[in-house]
Amino acid sequence: MADQPFIARGFRRRSPATGDAPRVPPGQYETKDFPVLSAGPTPRTPLSTWDFTIRDTDGRAARWSWDEFQKLPRDNPTVDIHCVTKWSKLGTRWEGVSVDTLLAAAAAQGAGTGPFALAFCDGGYTTNLSLADVTGGKAWVAFGYDGAALPPEHGGPARLLVPHLYFWKSAKWVRGLQFLLSDQPGFWEQLGYHDRGDPWREQRYQGDP
Amino acid sequence: MSSVIKAIPDAVAPPRLEWRVASVVDARDETPRAKTLVLDVPQWPGHRAGQHVDVRLVAEDGYQGQRSYSIASPPEDETVTLTVERLADGEVSPYLVELRPGDGLELRGPIGGHFVWNVAVGGPLLLVGGGSGVVPLMAMLRHYARADAAARAAVPVRLLYSARTADDVFYRAELAQLADQPLVDVVFTFTRGAPPAWTGYRRRIDRAMVEAVSWSPAAAPRAYVCGPTSLVESVATLLVDLGHAASLVRTERFGPTG
Repeated sequence: MADQPFIARGFRRRSPATGDAPRVPPGQYETKDFPVLSAGPTPRTPLSTWDFTIRDTDGRAARWSWDEFQKLPRDNPTVDIHCVTKWSKLGTRWEGVSVDTLLAAAAAQGAGTGPFALAFCDGGYTTNLSLADVTGGKAWVAFGYDGAALPPEHGGPARLLVPHLYFWKSAKWVRGLQFLLSDQPGFWEQLGYHDRGDPWREQRYQGDP
Repeated sequence: MSSVIKAIPDAVAPPRLEWRVASVVDARDETPRAKTLVLDVPQWPGHRAGQHVDVRLVAEDGYQGQRSYSIASPPEDETVTLTVERLADGEVSPYLVELRPGDGLELRGPIGGHFVWNVAVGGPLLLVGGGSGVVPLMAMLRHYARADAAARAAVPVRLLYSARTADDVFYRAELAQLADQPLVDVVFTFTRGAPPAWTGYRRRIDRAMVEAVSWSPAAAPRAYVCGPTSLVESVATLLVDLGHAASLVRTERFGPTG
């Protein structure tokens, strides 16, 4: 980063600053839309063949069919989301299963965790997350959005929801978490995006603080 | 786990992206609502056709606005060209379209390594763009036009470009020149009014249009689709429904941003 930012003379914020603690991280702007971003066509997986798998570092796995997954205890988080392409959307309403709940249920089936996870998805997308970033009430596997089933273009039937990180970490069409002993970069992380992606620290690309 | 999406191999690790102060060397009207900015970027590391940059405007009180813009120029150019559509209620775009030669502009990049193409990747190359989504596709076309004759002869190219009206078409004269090349087809569809005597398409892109413009799935074209979400969703879904491999269809959502 340059020591001193270049001042764009005459440039001004359009909406007046409020005295409240900001909900929009630096470099982001608020949108009321729900933009769609993905690298390829939207996969269509029938619920009859959908499943969700948690596999630990020793290869032990827990697996749920769609119907089994729907019977797990669910949450209704309302969260702000931040996309690295600069838009933020405030107060989004979701329905899904907390990753904490999933890991507890996986443990009951004999599958543990590991220090890192790679989320894998229909269509081949992957993204990496640390165990700390998906536990402690911070991450969900969401299948409902704004009171309805999550639409395919937004990641339905189910997507990861990790709202404290840039939204590419909230992998669409997620099918499972593979736990790993070492961090392994996912799809965008291999293409120059930041390994962790904290929007409040503007961790957009490799080399950002 | 299988990985259907594969990155185009790039042996060079992406460098850390530093903010650089570019200077505007040319600013010209592209359409009544869009401006093309030609930028001299110090120590520009080079880019691949299809990549974008982040632009940052820092106000005197420290407030910053950032937006992403696709690069319109090919890797062969020494300058970096952006085309910015002015949004009436925007924050960054109204500032950018007023820039003049000699003005400075902070940016960093290049960013994105999936929605990229070069002649070595091969073809046939199917480009589908809506509105300002044509910008990264133009970088691919310009790169193609600068390749040697043998490389061009191996890659037929088709661009399907959906615009509201003929006045909204970016790079009109240059696209007409490109269409004169033997292996390049440029097909327009105008969704909100075609010129008098227009005999071409005048509707949103649909299945019949994609089928008519594209190659058959057996030819395994590489498809790059960029535009508003509704266009990208429908075209990418149509291509897969028509039998094209999902792994050969790359998408980028691109609406005007404020």
